[in-house]
Amino acid sequence: MKILVPVKRVIDYNVKPRVKPDGSGVDIANVKMSMNPFDEIAVEEAVRLKEAGKAEEVVAVSIGVPKAKDVLRTALAMGADRAILIQTEAEVEPLAVAKILKEVVAQEEPGLVILGKQAIDDDSNQTGQMLAALLDRPQGTFASKIELDDDSVTVIREVDDGLETVKLSLPAIVTADLRLNEPRYASLPNIMKAKKKPMDEKTPEDYGVDISPRLKTLKVAEPPLRQAGEKVGSVDELVAKLKALGVNA
Amino acid sequence: MTVLVLVEHEAGTVKESSLSTITAAAKIGAVHALVAGDSDEARQAADAAAKIAGVEKVLLATDPAYAKMLAENIAPLVTGLMGGYDAFLVSATSSGKNIAPRVAAKLDVMQISDIVAVEGEKTFARPIYAGNAIATVESSDSKLVITVRGTAFDKAALEGGSASIEDISGTGDAGLSSFVGLEASESERPDLTSAKIVVSGGRALKDADTFEQVITPLADKLGAAVGASRAAVDAGYISNDYQVGQTGKIVAPELYIAVGISGAIQHLAGMKDSKTIVAINKDEDAPIFQIADIGLVADLFDAVPELTGKL
Ligand SMILES: Cc1cc2nc3c(=O)[nH]c(=O)nc-3n(C[C@H](O)[C@H](O)[C@H](O)COP(=O)(O)OP(=O)(O)OC[C@H]3O[C@@H](n4cnc5c(N)ncnc54)[C@H](O)[C@@H]3O)c2cc1C
Ligand SMILES: Cc1cc2nc3c(=O)[nH]c(=O)nc-3n(C[C@H](O)[C@H](O)[C@H](O)COP(=O)(O)OP(=O)(O)OC[C@H]3O[C@@H](n4cnc5c(N)ncnc54)[C@H](O)[C@@H]3O)c2cc1C
Repeated sequence: MKILVPVKRVIDYNVKPRVKPDGSGVDIANVKMSMNPFDEIAVEEAVRLKEAGKAEEVVAVSIGVPKAKDVLRTALAMGADRAILIQTEAEVEPLAVAKILKEVVAQEEPGLVILGKQAIDDDSNQTGQMLAALLDRPQGTFASKIELDDDSVTVIREVDDGLETVKLSLPAIVTADLRLNEPRYASLPNIMKAKKKPMDEKTPEDYGVDISPRLKTLKVAEPPLRQAGEKVGSVDELVAKLKALGVNA
Repeated sequence: MTVLVLVEHEAGTVKESSLSTITAAAKIGAVHALVAGDSDEARQAADAAAKIAGVEKVLLATDPAYAKMLAENIAPLVTGLMGGYDAFLVSATSSGKNIAPRVAAKLDVMQISDIVAVEGEKTFARPIYAGNAIATVESSDSKLVITVRGTAFDKAALEGGSASIEDISGTGDAGLSSFVGLEASESERPDLTSAKIVVSGGRALKDADTFEQVITPLADKLGAAVGASRAAVDAGYISNDYQVGQTGKIVAPELYIAVGISGAIQHLAGMKDSKTIVAINKDEDAPIFQIADIGLVADLFDAVPELTGKL
């Protein structure tokens, strides 16, 4: 089967985001951008399924600015076979991303779509579930383990109470959580090879999807700042402070 | 505006996170509560929901297909009802996050995730970038689909309401998915997301046994819930449902004690709204000290047992 992996270019997780002084958003000019960490996990899982003989082809897709090619190249260097860039300068909301992905799924007919559970910029945690809804397919969100069979996939999910196991009919949508795997680093030879792998370029219009936003951001502000307090010199002082706060044990 | 709230319940009682969601919903409009589940437990939960202050009506859908809150089965139940509602709200729990986008996509609505304030009929505040920015967004959709951050809203009172309960039916099993099992952490401790005190351990705790020997006695002494950093969970010291942070649980207790945790932004995202933060770390430059109210620079293997002994 074929596996489709949507990947998003986001601010690198090591960068501390700064709100623009005019309150219009977060400043991403000149900051390091990378593949969303959850999407690296999704790519890794797809590539491992291919290496295990359970999938034939891994296709990575990204919706975004021309620079999103960089994260697609990373996916190719990790082992994806080909890539599709759906180019737009607009900020695309999860609903519109899901609508575009639905059309990509119609063309590519993957047995499995593996997304990240959330993108670390907007933290929406929606796209995979929306795609599943639009396709009327089952969803295994927050996956920490995937077992693929011929006509079903068993997914262990990280939920608030622990680990939940569900069985989904195929084709299905899965979203990756942190502990699904540890993504590999692409080796230099693979990075070189990736440059020769095919990358299609499209636009949202090619898929006939209206991406106009439904939400308007009125302002983006810094959260209330927490001041550093004081350091105490000993456990006795700490105990006294805690007692003063009314902690009694 | 009339708002439909999907109530999460357990053993016949309404979960605390849903009480916060009801408070948020009441700021938008009249609140109707949807209780879905299997048989008796769901009916008990519906009785409990009918008594909650601010709930005007309870809709009860009982079906074995609704017992495990599978999104494939619950989302059609909700969308089927949305003709009569202006907004759908659910807590930003793992279950709410699983279901809401499925409802939103079916209604062709852009969901607003994890709101922390209601600023107008269609205007809401929500944290982005691991809580490093708060965005105020306005929806242009005709209906709203929203998930609610529990720590940002007070809990609705369990008494004071006298709503009617209406039995409804939905489409039941969508035939796409089935529940196989749940491996739940057994714990007598207070629930992490609603505890007044949380003691969290990080990578410095070395292994599962050490974590248990150092963190647990202090938590027991304080009647606290136990939490952990991602590094501690990844290393197998404790299970995933204890992770605090951007991608784990969001907590805001009266007192948060971070032991051997460096204070990465992804961890801070889950606990920086705690009232008082105490940090114990041997590195005086650890970022956690920049937000801690009380810091102790010490080796945790000396300090924590001493603290436990002296409290
Ligand atoms: C700098 C910046 C500024 C923004 N400003 C605004 C604003 O002013 N107003 C506003 O409404 N929104 C704004 N956004 C949000 C943006 O338009 C999208 O709504 C948001 O990034 C998508 O949500 P998410 O990525 O958190 O989705 P999630 O649902 O969290 O993403 C989950 C998964 O879906 C897949 N996915 C998501 N997006 C893509 C994609 N583009 N291509 C391929 N796969 C994808 C990935 O696998 C990802 O892991 C901004 C985003 C950024 C980065
Ligand atoms: C996409 C993504 C999502 C993430 N989500 C989360 C999340 O939800 N939650 C989360 O916590 N992290 C998350 N992380 C990980 C985060 O970036 C950090 O790696 C993690 O929080 C570090 O955990 P830690 O503080 O326990 O370990 P470390 O950073 O290794 O810190 C250990 C600390 O212990 C101190 N120490 C060591 N020995 C002792 C001793 N004997 N006595 C006292 N102090 C000692 C050290 O000085 C150090 O400060 C995420 C990362 C990514 C990329």
